[in-house]
Parts: sequence; structure tokens; C-alpha cells
Amino acid sequence: MTVEQQPNVILQVKDLVKHFPITRGIIIQRQVGAVHAVDGVTFDVFKGETLGLVGESGCGKSTTGRTILQLYRPTSGEVIFEGKDLVRMKGEELRKTRQRMQMIFQDPYASLNPRMTVGEIIGEPLIIHNTHKGKEVEERVEHLLELVGLNPAFANRYPHEFSGGQRQRIGVARALALQPSLIVCDEPISALDVSIQAQVVNLLEDLQREFNLTYLFIAHDLSMVKHISNRVAVMYLGIIVELAPRKDLYADPLHPYTQALLSAVPIPDPNIEEKRRRIILKGDVPSPVNPPSGCRFRTRCPLAAEICAQEKPAFREVKPGHYVACHMV
Amino acid sequence: MGQTTLQTDSDPQGHDGAAVQASPVTIDVNQFGAGGKPLHVKSESALQDAMRRLVRNKAAVVGGSIIIILYVVMILADVIAPYPYAKQTLVHQNSVPQWLLNVFPTMQPYAQVVNDYILGADYVGRDLFSRIVYGSRVSLIVAIIGPLISLIIGVTYGSISGFFGGKVDNIMMRIVDVLYAFPSILFIILLMAFFRSTFARPDPGTFTYYVSQLDNAMGGMLFIFIGIGMTAWMTMARLTRGQVLSVREKEFVEAARALGASNNRIMFRHILPNIVGPLVVSETLAIPGYISTEAFLSFIGLGVNPPTPSWGSMISEGAQMIRTYPNQAVFPALALAITMFAFNFLGDGLRDALDPRLRGTQ
Repeated sequence: MTVEQQPNVILQVKDLVKHFPITRGIIIQRQVGAVHAVDGVTFDVFKGETLGLVGESGCGKSTTGRTILQLYRPTSGEVIFEGKDLVRMKGEELRKTRQRMQMIFQDPYASLNPRMTVGEIIGEPLIIHNTHKGKEVEERVEHLLELVGLNPAFANRYPHEFSGGQRQRIGVARALALQPSLIVCDEPISALDVSIQAQVVNLLEDLQREFNLTYLFIAHDLSMVKHISNRVAVMYLGIIVELAPRKDLYADPLHPYTQALLSAVPIPDPNIEEKRRRIILKGDVPSPVNPPSGCRFRTRCPLAAEICAQEKPAFREVKPGHYVACHMV
Repeated sequence: MGQTTLQTDSDPQGHDGAAVQASPVTIDVNQFGAGGKPLHVKSESALQDAMRRLVRNKAAVVGGSIIIILYVVMILADVIAPYPYAKQTLVHQNSVPQWLLNVFPTMQPYAQVVNDYILGADYVGRDLFSRIVYGSRVSLIVAIIGPLISLIIGVTYGSISGFFGGKVDNIMMRIVDVLYAFPSILFIILLMAFFRSTFARPDPGTFTYYVSQLDNAMGGMLFIFIGIGMTAWMTMARLTRGQVLSVREKEFVEAARALGASNNRIMFRHILPNIVGPLVVSETLAIPGYISTEAFLSFIGLGVNPPTPSWGSMISEGAQMIRTYPNQAVFPALALAITMFAFNFLGDGLRDALDPRLRGTQ
């Protein structure tokens, strides 16, 4: 199962597809269609970097994250993590591999079991994977709580006694418990108050430096992604339209969708902000049940030509490290 | 930890205790955690919180106390009852004590006054009070066994169905739908009629023989349990399935899966603790139903074997003479009503106490 891999690549996603079937019928169910949530996504994640994944609601960013972690089994494609294809992994082997990859969830209110104390929640991965025993679990939990900036004495409390930011710290501590190498952050800050967002992001950055973590950072907040990411991938309707180092992407967006997206970011300087020209896209995002032929974006693209309806644009490297899927670039 | 300052969200890197100490008003923040409660205190669990609110509910406390008294009476029946439940004194048949005659003066023309029996004697001269005391056994045991069977079968069935979902769920729930379509009372009557005839005169040594022996030893209660068990689990299975389905999609279950938790762990540590409230409430509220089903079966003669007393069979016997000797039907009916009220009050109280929206309130 071992696959040849560049030494500094931790995660390789190849043609990842996740379709959710739409069924009809009460007793005999037949499939009448599929939601094309993720439709052929390819990218690499390098060791120690933060790859930002942005896009509007419903474009498949979260599904991509969850499919990578095999919380949803992909319809097709490969997810090669530390040299092994997770898609072909099953049962016990997959369970063991989960030690190395973790997830931080969006909603800090829903992602903690209300019937467990904070200590039990953070200690659970240690018990599941049998890495610590008895007193060691308690010590590790206390250490983790301190690490994320919470009082270790909080271990006996229940999640409902904490604020959103504190709860998200608990979620971070749980994800760190087994010292994973990859953490998928599924919009970890979008449910938090703006003043708390910065703290959690700073915490994530500190922890990344300390433990050499790799983040796949899913978000829709473009300025936050700009702050935290080394590289940024832009998703639209189940595909990645552009992937580039942060500086390149924000300074010189090539895909018309990325350009429109970035034009919507407010600039915290009234003089420049006044001159900001927004690109307003026409229409709505097409239904993922029946996505447009050829280029996904052609129905709303100001540059759309005939070829866009006929051929899927290739995801090609136009500048070193800068990939884009557009016929017009 | 000791001397470091409390780290809250407004002060994430707050390792600097000196700044706080130097301010004119020095507060030892170490003592307090979230919500100003002292640290190092084991936090109140959901269960403790529910208990606290349950004991504040007067109706529930009254109901609970009555239930406790009833069970004490049941256990101490041999001590409390003045006569054995089957002891007949034929000369005292349909006798009443003097105080009852004052309460029911219409009995004057028929009744012979014997003050040995506080609630009177029945048509073969058995002490009514003793029979009511012993009769509590059937009702109160049904109140335990009914929910137990229904929980074991229903929760197992429902959680398998809800947890695995898809085709398994579809098939399992259609089976329940079909069974549910039968009127349950009719179903129980048919079952009981079937049991009573099948197990009437079995050959010694066969399986049916031992089952029938066991049933006789329990005074006919075994078949009541089986009958109630076979119908009651379906409601529980549906409720459990629905609850599992809703909790299964919560993010914390997904988080557990991402941690590598096994199906068993997810089921028992994450899903079940979160649905136990509604299940307990619904089962407590179903207890009066089980009691009344048993009473109904005994009333129509399909319940316990005579001479084992049951409130249902006593009401049935008393009802035939309700115009002449109302005491023979009224007292067992009163006992039945009080028991059912008590369980209802407790169930309502539990429902309110376990309601997550009321959590933490008084």
C-alpha cells in the first residue's frame, strides 16, 4: 500500500470525488441522482505548512476535509497520508492511523459531548488508543489544558460551563492529545466572536510552531486565511479553481472567481477602501446535483466563451506553484 | 497551578500573576473558575441537576413517596396483612365492619356486621384488606418488569436500527410497523388465550411443562410479563431509533469517530448517555399503562390464576356485586387508582426535571 512520495509532502489528495446519493422510494430505494459535493480535487499538503481552503457556503470545503479524514468514505480518488492510501484502509488499520490525523470542528457547542467532563473529553483519545493509563491520563489532560491556555482544574467541569472560545480550546486540546501530524481545521473560528477569533488563531499558530503541525485550514473568511496560510486553495462547486502561495494569490489572482471573491474583502483603510472596485457576479451558484458542463464557473463568469461549456479546463501550473483551472488564463 | 492567575479568554497568555497582585484591589482569582464557582470542585452532573429539580417538584415527591410506601407494603405483605390471602371463612362471606356500614348505608339490608375485617370480606369470606395488600404484588412487579422488558428489547432493537441506518433500519422499522398495526390489547388477549390453552395440561418433563410450572409458581404472572413484553417494546424501539438518529448526526459523535472510537464506544459512551433522559421519562409514563393492562387482563379473567389476588381480578369480582356490596370493588379500584396516579406524578416530575431547556433553573 506504500506509495512513492516526495519526502516533504505529508498529504496527497488525488482526484478526490464524493457524491452523496439522492434516493427515492420507501421500501425499495433507487438512486435518482447525486449531490456532487466534491468532484475531482487534487492537491498536496507539505509538512509543517498551513494550506487554506476557501470558498463560499456549500462549495464542498468541509466535505473535502471530512472525506480526507475518511469520516465520509470517498466515491473515488486517493488520499495518501504519510505514504499510505487512506481510501483503501479499513477497520483497525484506519483506526490506528487516526492517531496521526485529527480534526478541529466548527461548532464548539456541538462538538463536545455534553454528558462528559472536559477531562473525559480530552482524555478519550488517550484511552481509545491505549497510549496512557490511569494517572498518566490525568497528567496528560492537565498538561494539555495548560497548553491551550485553560486552567487544569477545569478538568472536572462540563462543557456547558464554558464560553465558546474556551470550548474551542478544549476541542484543540482533544485534537492535540495524541500528537498528530496533520490537523484538519474545519472553520474552527467562524462560530466564534471576532475578539475571540484572533486568540484561537494565535493559539493554533503557537501550537503549530511548537509541535511542527500541518494544518488544512478550512474557512470562508478570506482575511483570516491570508493571515494564517502559507498556501491557499480556492474552491467553487466541488472543484479547486485556483491554488497558489498566499502572496501570489492575494496579489495576483488569476481565476475570475478568485478575483471576484477577493474584490469582496473590505480593506481597513478608508482611502483605499473607497477605490475598491467590487466584481459582482451575476446569478446564483448552480445546483451541485446537476453542475454545469465544462467549466463549473462558466454560468457566472464574465469571460465565459464557447470552449468553457464544452471542455473542462485543466488544473495546470501557470507559474511556479500557482495552479489554476481556467481556459482564459 | 497554585499561584498562576486564572486564564480566561480575555487573557489567554495571562501567565503574569504579578500584574494582578500589584493592583490596589487584590483578588485571589485562583479560587474561582467559570461562573465564579470555586475551582477543584467536582462539577454538578446532569443527573445531579435533574435530581435537585425533581425533589423541588411537590407532586413528584408525593408520587415517589407513595411508590416507596407501596413497595414497602408489598415486601412486608406477610407482616402487614392480618390474614393469608386465600383463607376463607365461609360464615363471614360478604361481611362488613360497622364503620363501612356508616359510609355505605345502602348495604344495611344485606350486610352482616363482622368487625374482624377492616375493609370487609369478599363472597367467600376472604379478608379484602389482606387481598389488596397481596394484590399489590402483581401490579408493582408488573411496574418493574414491564419497563425492564420493554427497555431491554426496545432500546436494543431501536438503537441497532437507528445506529446502522439505511437498509437495516428500513427493514427493522417496517417489521415494527406491521406489528404495531395490531391493536395491542387484542394482541395481548390473543397471546394470553394462546398461552393459557397451550400450557393448560402439558405432559410432565417437556419444555411446556416446566414453563407452565414456572407460571403456576408465579401465580400466573409469567404469561402476563411475556404478553406485556411482546407488545410494549415497539413504542420504545421507535422512540430509541428516533433519538439515536438525531444524536448520531451531532458533531461530537463525528469527533469521536475522528478520534478512532469503535462503534461500541460511540454507542455506549456518546449516544446512549445523551438519549437516556427521554427514554426514562417515556418508560416511567408508560408504567400506569402496564399496570392497567395487567388489571384489565385480570378483570376479563386472562390474568393471574385464582386464588392469587390481583387488583384487576378483585375489581372484576366486586363489580358483580357493586350494587349490594360496593366496598368489594371500590377499595381495589382505589388502590389501583392511587398507584397509577403516583407513577404518573413521578413520570411528569421526571420529564420536567430532565428537560434540557430547564437545566440549571430552580
